[in-house]
Amino acid sequence: MFRKPSFSEEITNLMYSRDQRPLHCCIQCATCSSACPAVEFMDHTPRELFGLINAGLKDEVLSSNTFWTCASCYACSEHCPKDINPTRIMYVLKRYSIWKGRSKAGLIGPDFSRRFVQTILKTGKSYEPGYAPAFILEGGFQGLLREVATGMKLLRKGRLPLIPAKVRRVDKFRKMLNRVMPLEGIA
Amino acid sequence: MKTYAYYPGCSLETMAASYHLSAVEVAAKLGVELEEVEDWNCCGATPYSHIDEILADALCARNLAIAEKGDLDLVAPCSGCYKNMYYANQRLTTDPDLAEHINFALEEDDLHYGGSVEVFHLMQIFADHVGLDSIREQVSRPLTNLRVAPYYGCHLIRPRKEGVSVEEAGNPRFFEDLITALGATPAEYTARLRCCGGSLIATSRRAALSMLRDLLQSAVNVEADVIATACPLCQINLECYQGDVNREYGTEFSVPILYFTQIMGLAMGMRPKEAGLGRELVRPTAVLACARGQ
Repeated sequence: MFRKPSFSEEITNLMYSRDQRPLHCCIQCATCSSACPAVEFMDHTPRELFGLINAGLKDEVLSSNTFWTCASCYACSEHCPKDINPTRIMYVLKRYSIWKGRSKAGLIGPDFSRRFVQTILKTGKSYEPGYAPAFILEGGFQGLLREVATGMKLLRKGRLPLIPAKVRRVDKFRKMLNRVMPLEGIA
Repeated sequence: MKTYAYYPGCSLETMAASYHLSAVEVAAKLGVELEEVEDWNCCGATPYSHIDEILADALCARNLAIAEKGDLDLVAPCSGCYKNMYYANQRLTTDPDLAEHINFALEEDDLHYGGSVEVFHLMQIFADHVGLDSIREQVSRPLTNLRVAPYYGCHLIRPRKEGVSVEEAGNPRFFEDLITALGATPAEYTARLRCCGGSLIATSRRAALSMLRDLLQSAVNVEADVIATACPLCQINLECYQGDVNREYGTEFSVPILYFTQIMGLAMGMRPKEAGLGRELVRPTAVLACARGQ
């Protein structure tokens, strides 16, 4: 008999696929939340988010900004008494939400990640100014001016790249990545 | 003379050119040869793992395979690159299915990765491989009384490597020891292992500014003359967004942020320009005065 995996099973499987401990051993101790330097900017603390996943509340989880507010600092993973790797769960949720095309409205993270990956797929190297469209208008006109002012200062010090760098064998590079997975739809 | 495959990473080409410059100069002085990985590509940073982890591992594998062709271990000055390459390498050497899949892809660029490369951070090369004794021998201008706050950040030490205890990982001393070897005084502050916000500076600005404020405040509380970093993203966040922190919180921080290699270079008698100075947004006045012997 075929049964569609539940949301919490899907997340658990994604953790298993990278040799991580599943979330259902979480004891809700909140060590992760207290170690997190960004917790006050999250809709749900990491502990709350893991509770929501275990309860199967998919909509609540996917519309939370919590995993997009994770800076990947691994402070939580150092201290989890059940040896769960909360940082990896945040990565899993970022991927899951990008695959499903579902995230909280107005978040910059998903667009930023997509632009970043598209840039690397095209040239093989990162190009900082190329990601600006993802976030430059967030702070409104004032924010834009501040961003430009910072950019100009860096430019004067010769620290802003004007032309994107590129790997030399970029065609072979792209073919290589195409063998890992088809890139249509990503870049 | 020991030679390493040097993987500068994207930031060191322009945004963090001073790190590149000082790393190369200091390495030469310490008898370490850095041979740039031929036609290297981006390590994937963090966003790549937001899309697909195997794709992210393939990016690292290409660099590792090129380093392996030259039979060299790989050194990365950027903590983000270091973490990505270190753990991709670990996955590739312990998961034969993954290695096979990725090697099939690498064929397109006439490459193959056999798993023989070791990955190091530049800090390890200087502090462990070269060693503090050899560094002390090269110090011609000890930075006496300069208070340097060592900023470890995240990916230099986390995720914790196998064999490192939670206690060790929670209280590393290698950065402090290096600063002491240069004749300077390590400033002891609580935020040294806290995150700078990483790419949240672009995606969640208010969270990043709050994290930066905590860090700067912690260093200012112990009267640090300069914060030393081992990662371009930490340097850029702490320095280039210090003005934004001041605007957001009404603070008046003016803390210079230099790469540890720049401070090493100055202690080894290099002229400021040789050590990559002159591109700062916050002028390191106390550091320059100390290096001039004032």
